[in-house]
Amino acid sequence: MITYSLKRIASGIVLLAVICAAAYALLFVNGSSIARNIVGDQATEAQVEAKSIELGLDQPLPLRFLDWVGSALTGDLGRSWFGTLTVSDALTTRLPVTLALIGVAMLFVTLLATTIGTLAAVKRGWIDRAVQVGAVIGDAIPGFVLAVVLATVFAVQLGWFPAVSSIGPGAGADAWIASLTLPVIAIVLNYVTASAQQIRSAVIQQRDRDFVRTLRSRGLGESEILLKHVLRAAAPAGLTVLSLQFVGLLGGAVILERIFALPGIGQLAVTSTVSGDIPIVMGVVLYTVVIVVIVNLAVDLINGWLNPKVRVS
Amino acid sequence: MTEKLLQVDDLAVAYPRKGFRRGATEILHGVSFDIDQGKTLGVVGESGSGKTTIGRAILGLAPITRGTVTFDGVDITRAARSKRASLAADLQVVFQDPFSSLNPAMEIGQILAEPLEIQKVGPTESRARVAELLDRVGLPANAITRLPREFSGGQRQRIAIARALALRPKLIVCDEPVSALDLTTQARVLDLFLEIQQDLGVSYLFISHDLDVIRHISHEVAVLYRGDVVEHGRSTAVTADPQHPYTQRLLLASPLPDPDKQSERRALRARMAEDERLADVAGGDR
Amino acid sequence: MTATTNAPASTRRDNVLLRFLRNPLGAIGLAIVLLVVLGAVLAPVLAPFGVTTADIANPFADPGGDHLLGTDSSGRDTWSRLLWASQLTLASAVLCAVVAIAIGLPSGLIAGYFGGPFDGVSSWSANALMSLPAIIVLLSVRSAVGPSVWVTMIVFGILLSPGYYRLTRTAVQSVRNELYVDAARVSGLSDARIISRHIISVVRAPIIIQTALIAGVAIAIQSGLEFLGLGNPSEPTWGAMLSEGFRNIYISPTLLLWPALAIGLTVGAFVLIGNALRDALEDLPKVRASRKATAAVAASGMTAGSLSGTASIAVEPEIAPTVSISTSSDPLPGVGELPAGDHLLEVRDLEIGYPAPDGGLTKVVQGVSFSIDRGEVLSIVGESGSGKSQTAFAVLGLLPSSARIVGGSIVIDDIQTVDTAAERILQKKVAPLRGRRISYIPQEPMSNLDPNYTIGHQLARPMVKLLGISRSEAKRRAIELLERVGIADPQRTFDSYPNEISGGMAQRVLIAGAVSCEPDLIIADEPTTALDVTVQAEVLDLLRRMRDELGVAILLVTHNFGVVADIADRVAVMQRGRLVEEGPVREILRDPRHPYTRTLLGSMLTGREPLTKLTEETTR
Repeated sequence: MITYSLKRIASGIVLLAVICAAAYALLFVNGSSIARNIVGDQATEAQVEAKSIELGLDQPLPLRFLDWVGSALTGDLGRSWFGTLTVSDALTTRLPVTLALIGVAMLFVTLLATTIGTLAAVKRGWIDRAVQVGAVIGDAIPGFVLAVVLATVFAVQLGWFPAVSSIGPGAGADAWIASLTLPVIAIVLNYVTASAQQIRSAVIQQRDRDFVRTLRSRGLGESEILLKHVLRAAAPAGLTVLSLQFVGLLGGAVILERIFALPGIGQLAVTSTVSGDIPIVMGVVLYTVVIVVIVNLAVDLINGWLNPKVRVS
Repeated sequence: MTEKLLQVDDLAVAYPRKGFRRGATEILHGVSFDIDQGKTLGVVGESGSGKTTIGRAILGLAPITRGTVTFDGVDITRAARSKRASLAADLQVVFQDPFSSLNPAMEIGQILAEPLEIQKVGPTESRARVAELLDRVGLPANAITRLPREFSGGQRQRIAIARALALRPKLIVCDEPVSALDLTTQARVLDLFLEIQQDLGVSYLFISHDLDVIRHISHEVAVLYRGDVVEHGRSTAVTADPQHPYTQRLLLASPLPDPDKQSERRALRARMAEDERLADVAGGDR
Repeated sequence: MTATTNAPASTRRDNVLLRFLRNPLGAIGLAIVLLVVLGAVLAPVLAPFGVTTADIANPFADPGGDHLLGTDSSGRDTWSRLLWASQLTLASAVLCAVVAIAIGLPSGLIAGYFGGPFDGVSSWSANALMSLPAIIVLLSVRSAVGPSVWVTMIVFGILLSPGYYRLTRTAVQSVRNELYVDAARVSGLSDARIISRHIISVVRAPIIIQTALIAGVAIAIQSGLEFLGLGNPSEPTWGAMLSEGFRNIYISPTLLLWPALAIGLTVGAFVLIGNALRDALEDLPKVRASRKATAAVAASGMTAGSLSGTASIAVEPEIAPTVSISTSSDPLPGVGELPAGDHLLEVRDLEIGYPAPDGGLTKVVQGVSFSIDRGEVLSIVGESGSGKSQTAFAVLGLLPSSARIVGGSIVIDDIQTVDTAAERILQKKVAPLRGRRISYIPQEPMSNLDPNYTIGHQLARPMVKLLGISRSEAKRRAIELLERVGIADPQRTFDSYPNEISGGMAQRVLIAGAVSCEPDLIIADEPTTALDVTVQAEVLDLLRRMRDELGVAILLVTHNFGVVADIADRVAVMQRGRLVEEGPVREILRDPRHPYTRTLLGSMLTGREPLTKLTEETTR
C-alpha cells in the first residue's frame, strides 16, 4: 500500500509539473506583446522595452519559469499586472466561494446518485426506467443553458432567490445558503442522472458476479451482500465517474459563477483572461491543477484501500 | 534426420517480466521432439506445464530465447511475418476456444476464404475450395453466409478445422481442440481429426491436458511438466506403463468410469502418495 | 472477399440504420440536426438581414413584422443572426470532432495493438488531459492567443481526444488477445491488414456514437465560452446571443429564449442520435454475449443460438435445443420408483422455464424427480444444456430472477420451498436453510471468492451470522477448517486475499466454506471441472472424507463419468431437461438401459483402441 501510494503521489507531482510548464510556456512565451498590452497602444517602443525589463520578460523563458517555480514553492505567485493585489491574495479570497459551490453540489450529487443508482439496479421497474430517461435528458441539456433558465425563472421572474450574490468573506450563513441554493440545484439537476446511470450499471454488473451467488448460498442476507460486497466492488466505477464530474465542475463553475454572479475564482479567471492579466490566469491554472491532483490522488487511494488487487499491482 | 517434418531442438521460451524489475520468466526450459509426416505427436501436461507455449512458439506467437525449430527442412525459429505468410500454407492451427477463434463479425465464407486470399487464390477457385472444405468437415453448404454465433461449439470447432485445412497444410498445431466440448461432441470431433489424417496424410501436434484424448489420437506422446519433457515415447507404451513418477501420478489421477476399477486406482494412487511422502521424510532427515 | 459474401454484410448494416430510424427519439434528433445543417447552408438565402445589419431605430423589437423573432439591443434581426451563427457553431463542432478523432483514433490503435512504451506514455498523457478542466485550459489559451473560435476548437479537440483514445485502445486490446487474431497471424496477415480487417470493424460503431456525443459537447462548450464574452465580438454566435439576452433579461425576456432553444435543441439532438445509435447497435445479438453464454450454458441451459434468437443449423445432435418436447413420456427405468418415506431432499416433477422472446416459455427442466438421503452421494450427469445445473440451483433457490418454476415440488427435510401459485422458489423458506442445512460448492474457484475480502473474513462471517458464535471463535474454527481441507499454512491462507492463492487452494477454501456450518446437504456444481486432474483427484478425496466424517449428503453435478465412478452412490442421467435414467452407480455405468446413457458411455475414450473411430457403433 505504501509503494502504491508513493507511486500515485509521484505521478500527481509529475502531472502538476508538466502542466505548469506547459501553461507557463503558453502564457508567457510572447514577452514583447505582453508588455505592449499592458502599457497600451499609445506607448513608445522604449516604454514597452522598459516594462518588459521591469517584469523580467526579457529573460529567456526557461529561466523565467524556474524563477516562477522557485517563488511559487514559497507561496509567492507574483502580482497582478493591473492592480496592487498579489495573486495569492486574489485567489485565496475567492477560492472558498468556488470550493463551497462545488463541494456542496458534489456532496448532493454523490449521495443522490448512489442512492438512486443502487435503487434502480436492485428494484428495477419504474425507477430504473426513470434513471435511464433522466440520464438522456441530463446529457441533452447543456448545464449552463439549464442554469440560465433556472436563474431567469426563479431569481428574476419569481424572485425566490437573490439574483445577485451577496456572499463574500465575512458574509453570514444565511447569505451563503441563499446564494448557493440555486446554483447547487442547477448542478445537481444536470449531473445526478448521468452518475446515477453509471452507478446503476456498475451495481448490476457486480450483482451478477459468481461470488455474489456463493455469498447467498452461505446464508448471508441480501442487504449485507449488497452493502458490503456489491457496493464495494462497484465503488471504483462510481468513484471514477464522480471524480470526472468533479473535474468537469471546476470548469463548469466558471460559467455558473457568471450566471449567478458568484465571486469565485471562475469569475476572476474570466476577467483576467479578458484583460490579459497573465499572472492571475497562471495562478488559477495552478490552483485548479493542484485541486485536480488532490482529488485524483484521493480517489486512487480510496480505490487502493477498497481493492487489494489495485494495491499490489 | 531431414526426413522429419518438424524438428524441435532445445526449445526455450521466456516472457519478459512486467514492471521495473528486469528479467524474464522462462516457461519452457529447452524441449526437443520431432514429428514424422502423417503422424501425431501428443503433448500432455497440466496447467502451467508450458504445453500451450510449445504450440505458440512453433507458430511464431511466443518469444523463443534458445533452440531451433526446423520445419520441412527449413529453420523457422525466427521467421519474420513475411516468411510466415509463405509458411502458412504448410503450418496451421486449431485453437481451444471455439468462441474466440472465429471473428464474430465475419461470415463463415469470409473466415474460410481469408487464408486463401493471402495466398492470392482467385475468387472462383476460392469459392469452390470453401464449399469443398465445408463438405469435408461435415457442415452444410449454406453455412457460407452465416455468422459464427449461429453455430454450436462443436460446429465452430469444425469451422476452425476447415480454416486450418484451407491451404492443405502438412502440419496442424491443435491446442486443446476438444477440451471445451461435450463428451459426445468431443468424440465426433476426434473422429474428424482421425479421418482427415487418414485421407490427407496431415501431421498433428496435438496438445491436451487429457491423457485419454492424447492416448487415443497420438502415435507418440511427450509428457510435459513445468516446462520440461519428462517422458517421451510411443503412445501405447507411455500411457499404459509410464516410467516417470509424474506420468504415473497423472495416469493414476484420471478417474476410470467404473466404481470398482476406480477404487483400485485410487488405492494405488494413495499408496504412491504415501511412498513419496515417506521418501520426502527420509530425504529431509539426511 | 467476394461480392456474394459481401452482400449480406451490408444488409446487416442496413438493419442498424433501419432500427435507428425506427427509434422515434433518434429520428427526431436526426431531423433537428438536419434542419440546423440546412439552416446553416441556406443562411445566405433564408436570412432576411445581413450579419451586422442593425436597425438602430428599432432595438428590442417584439417578434413579428419585419423581424420574425424580434431584434436585439442594437436592433439586429434575431432570426437572421441565429441562422448565421449556426454556420459557425456547426463548423466548430466538426473541427473539434475531426481533431479529436485524428489524434485519439490512431494513437489508440497503436497503443492498443502494439503496447510497449508508446502505450505507457500515451495512456499517461490521456489521463493527464482528461483530468484537466476544459474551460480553464481554454481560458488560458484565450489569454495567450486571443479570441479565435478555430484555435479554441482545435485545443478542445485535443482535450477530447482521450475519449477516442481510450475507447479505441480498450476495444483493440480486447480484440488483440482474441484467438482469431492469432489465427490471422498464423495465416500470415500483416499487422496493417489485421487492423483494417479485424480491428477497425470493432471500433467503428463506438466511434460513431462517441462522435455524436462529442459534437453536442463541443457546441455546448463553444456556446459557453461565447456566453462568457470570450469569443470574437464581430462573429454572431448562439452563446453571445444568449449572453446578450441574459444581460437584457428585464427589458426583453424573449431575447434569451431563442438562442437557449437553439443551443438546447441542437445539443440535445446530437445526444439523442448518439443514444439511439447505441441502442440500435446494442440490439444486435451481442458478440461477446454469446461467448459469455458458454460459461452460462450449464447454468442457464440455453445454447448461444437460442440466446440470440437464431436457430442453429442442426446437422448433428450436439446442440441442445431447448424447445419443449411433447409431455408424453414413457415410464423410464428407475424413475418414479423412488422408495417412499422421509428423504433429506425430495424433488418431484420439477419443471423450470424461462420467458422466451416470442412471449412463450422455454422449458429447460421437465418432470424431473429424484431424492437424496443423509450421507448419500447422488450424481446428476449430463451434457451442457441438459438442465442439470438448473435443477441444482432450483434446490438452492438461486435461480436467476426470470426463472419460473412451472410445476413440481422441492422438499428439503419436510420444508416445501416451491410456491406453485407464484411459480417461484419461496425465498422465505429456502433462505434460512442456506448455509446451515444446504450449501454450495461452485465450479469456477477464483470467481466465486470476493476479491476484496480476505479468505478468513469470507469463511468466518457466515459462521458468526448463522451459528451465533463470536468472531474469535469463528476465526479459530475457520483455521481449523482450512487445516482440515488440506491447506498447509492455514493462518497465512486465512489472512490472504483470493488473488494470492492458487485455483486448487481456492477450491479447497470453497469446500471449507460449504461445510463450515455443518450442513446436511452439499450441492456441488461441477466442482472439479476447472481443475487439473491431479488436483481433481485430491479434491474428490477431500469431498469423500467430508462425507465420511460429517455424514453430509452430496448432490454432485458433473459431466464426467470418471468423477461419478469415483464418488457417487447413485446416478441420474439428464438429457435436454429430462431425467432419462436413474439408479445405483454400478448398475448405470455397467448396464445402461437408456440409449442416451449408452451413447454417453460409448463416447468415453477409456479402454478404447487408440486411433479408431469412436462414434460409429454407438450412435449409428
